[in-house]
Amino acid sequence: MAARSPGAIAGIGELKPVRRTQGATTLGLIAETVRLAVEDAGLDKDAIDGLLVGPQVGETPQHVPATVAEYLGIQPRMANVVDLGGASGAGMVWRAAAAIAAGMCDAVVCVLANTREDEAPRSPNRNPIREFDVPFGASGANISYALPMQRHMAKYESTPAQFARIAAAARDNAQLNPLAIFYGHPASVDDILASPIIASPLHLYEIVMPVAGGEAVVVVSAERARGLKHPPVHLLGAGEKVTHRAISQAPSLTSGPLKPAMQQALARAGVGASAMSLLSFYDCYTIMVAMTIEDAGLCAAGGFGRWIEEHSLGHDGDFPLNTHGGQLGFGQPDLAGGMTHVVEAVRQLRHDAGARQIRNAQLALVTGNGATVSEATALVLGADA
Amino acid sequence: MSEFESLAVPGPIPTRVTRPFWDAASEGRFTLQRCDTCGAWIFYPRSHCPQCWSPRLSWQEASGRGMVKSFSVIYRPGHPGWAAAAPYVVALIELEEGPTMLSTLVDIAPDSVKVGMRVAVRFVPVGKFALPMFAPLSRSE
Repeated sequence: MAARSPGAIAGIGELKPVRRTQGATTLGLIAETVRLAVEDAGLDKDAIDGLLVGPQVGETPQHVPATVAEYLGIQPRMANVVDLGGASGAGMVWRAAAAIAAGMCDAVVCVLANTREDEAPRSPNRNPIREFDVPFGASGANISYALPMQRHMAKYESTPAQFARIAAAARDNAQLNPLAIFYGHPASVDDILASPIIASPLHLYEIVMPVAGGEAVVVVSAERARGLKHPPVHLLGAGEKVTHRAISQAPSLTSGPLKPAMQQALARAGVGASAMSLLSFYDCYTIMVAMTIEDAGLCAAGGFGRWIEEHSLGHDGDFPLNTHGGQLGFGQPDLAGGMTHVVEAVRQLRHDAGARQIRNAQLALVTGNGATVSEATALVLGADA
Repeated sequence: MSEFESLAVPGPIPTRVTRPFWDAASEGRFTLQRCDTCGAWIFYPRSHCPQCWSPRLSWQEASGRGMVKSFSVIYRPGHPGWAAAAPYVVALIELEEGPTMLSTLVDIAPDSVKVGMRVAVRFVPVGKFALPMFAPLSRSE
């Protein structure tokens, strides 16, 4: 073991994504996802004494953890909202471990889930983005990733085909995950380039498909984990960084806060990015993966395109990347989408990934990303020695 | 030039701090906050300087000129009210004074926009506001 394990993931729960829910509630989906995770851990409900939830629980704007805990019938000793956009899932894992290491609690459930009902209300935002971006026709996330992508292409002469390759690799990997929304639907580089441009230079197939779903993990101490049902997966290092909220305020358009977050996580674990068995990189858009490959130091700035051409990204490749299909292949169940990268890493490091198992998987680098390349969390996870 | 005038889209919701920016725009003036303490130019408007946390900020006339740091041609707008205007160009403008703002480009074909292009402000009526959009810099500017 490269570093002391401050915590371990002992259970996972995951709902099959669906395009639409009918009459579902966020609280109901959370309860089901938590149940699956705690059952998978082989723990009793009453053993759960920590709770981390996301900010978008539909039924209540305030006091979210207490509402969820009451719904679940638990009385946690630590309860909190983690509000880091797509980095929330990864951000929950180290907070759970830290809370355990601090002696606040023994078993934390981290859960994100969402509904997709037919009539969703528009956001009542009153923040600077609402005042200084939205009036200029810049609503939604797509533009905030199109702008860094265009800048990358202008600065480094990266090409649409190089970005499309990232999406094609995600679709390829999804063909080995029956839960993925694009299982049975591969897409070639040509298919991706032939899909409509939504916000240039982003093509439709370079953007995640919104779905409903749920993902959860249970974190306990490493000692506790060894007595449970599955081989523990250890948290070896974590790093986090938040740099801005609106894309106009980003310190850089071609390198993000994941760079320092990954450096911190890898330094804490005492390993390098190239030593990873699995790269479980947050992939809301192709540009996000490109930036993360470069920010991880796997290649020089601007060099992702050539790096991708030189490496194979499947479970049997030299750099397995998002073996569950990533969110580009699996679908993005809102904030739970970030947690799919954690859940897949656990499967691989337990050697329980079935047809897509990476041979002798030992280490995974997991990233989460929120807002407009703003909020970043990185984790290094390791198999039990 | 007011290709956006008839759009039914969300306008700015000014706060006490930001109101002077929109009031000046309605008079055809492009203003930015500047920190009395450290001299930093500031966008978007704030109550405190993000560089030194000083609350002593003044409104000053700015050049209204800048450079396209990046852009996107929007074919499928995130808000349905903008659909009638698509395709249109959203850009990040690095202002001569330093800060970057997001805006819309006008008076240029979408396939002619380039990163690094120099632009100048044009006040375009959208609903009841005059929005500071940007167009390619002309010789006289």
